[in-house]
Amino acid sequence: MTKFRSLAQVATLAAAAALFGCSTPLPSIAPEKADATIKAAFVNPPDPFKPRLAQDETMRQCSEARNDPPAALGEAISKREAATIKYPADGNLMGDWKRGEALAQSGYGLRFSDYPATRPNGGNCYACHQISKAEVSFGTLGPSLAEYGKLKDFSAEATKAVYDKIYNSHAANPCSLMPRFGANGVLTIEQIKDAVALLMSKDSPVNQ
Amino acid sequence: MDFRRSSRGLGAVVFALVVASLAPPQVAAQTIDTEKAIEEYRRMMKEDPWSNPGFLDADRGEDLWKAKRGPKNVSLETCDLGKGPGVVDGAFAELPRYFGDADEVMDAESRVIHCMTTIQGFSRADLTRRPHPGGGQRVKEVGAIATWVASKSSGLKFKARLDHVREREAVALGENLFNRRSGPFDFACATCHATAGQRIRLQGLPFLADPEEARKVVGEWPAYRVSSTHVMTMQHRLYDCYWQMRMPELAIGSEASNALAAYLVYTAKGGVIDAPGLKR
Repeated sequence: MTKFRSLAQVATLAAAAALFGCSTPLPSIAPEKADATIKAAFVNPPDPFKPRLAQDETMRQCSEARNDPPAALGEAISKREAATIKYPADGNLMGDWKRGEALAQSGYGLRFSDYPATRPNGGNCYACHQISKAEVSFGTLGPSLAEYGKLKDFSAEATKAVYDKIYNSHAANPCSLMPRFGANGVLTIEQIKDAVALLMSKDSPVNQ
Repeated sequence: MDFRRSSRGLGAVVFALVVASLAPPQVAAQTIDTEKAIEEYRRMMKEDPWSNPGFLDADRGEDLWKAKRGPKNVSLETCDLGKGPGVVDGAFAELPRYFGDADEVMDAESRVIHCMTTIQGFSRADLTRRPHPGGGQRVKEVGAIATWVASKSSGLKFKARLDHVREREAVALGENLFNRRSGPFDFACATCHATAGQRIRLQGLPFLADPEEARKVVGEWPAYRVSSTHVMTMQHRLYDCYWQMRMPELAIGSEASNALAAYLVYTAKGGVIDAPGLKR
């Protein structure tokens, strides 16, 4: 056991050396040290921000794994996060694509300059995804979603998968870079339905 | 510089962007055209280095450094930026570094605050209360002095010090925080800056964990930002990232700020300093 532990330490050091591309050994940082540094880093956080200084289990595991979790951990994360997904009472997953387009454009919400809130949170989807082709100002951190519904034959399975992905992306893709919009309370169920409609409804500009 | 020529050139880029937006949806080609137009805009901004208003703030920083100020009515000319009292030339290239007198690893801004409080008698609370300019305001005094200090290392390469155990700790802590996900969006610095060739909207994102990319951009800070019309320092830039990450207001001079700066300079080791830079 002792031998195993020291091997693991050697592996960690080697990984750190590879990461920094040199042989100078860098100390490892205890999680408590990182937590304390973050706790001290911000000026008088207002109440809604205080819980944000701590990490939940998924944030912690994904940060430690540098978003590339080993298979068993990935499965555990997926299972845990899938359990957070809530659905509309009537089972209808499609809202209004026009409202979906508006929230996909909006980056408003939850920043320290957004209190007290004056309008609903946005999803800021265009920051990372191409969606409607008419919008040329789109980011590339996420895959292109142009013609998404058409490419998926507007199927019910794909519609549910899109809903799940927006509600909690880690369910299908553990340590995804995408925010957990539903699970973290960024978007409401109604807003998520609108975003689903933007991608999946036949009359959405995304599918023209 | 010839402003008329420049504005005509800028008009051409705007025209190109508008044309790109009206073009038929040939998606891949359109993306490449857009990238080219942005690149041209950046090139024109850099064409004449004296068009960079950041140099006015560097000059103001030099005046502030040399003037007798504060409750003690003395200049900062005895401030030790790491190479001895009053030595400014080349000091920025060796920051952040460990300072025994403060028992902390400090970057340029943190060290300027330290000197303004200990030498000139300014109140730390006053200097840190509203440390960064709003849109259209000029950079604050600490930032102006840091901009001048950085400019006095232009042309030099980042040393990225690891001599002291605390300097090694700061880099490791910075790397940890760079990858730390938190807040309602689960964002870390790495969310946007840990892959090559990505954009948010149309803004290109440097892959800061990659030495080659870090060397190109870290040395451009502090930088005049055209979109906010003021000089933005590295600590202000980090503050802005945490704002976008839905975290609270990052304190200037915090250990987290210094550690992140140390990590960024570490990844940019050997990169040439070209400050103040000019950003979109």
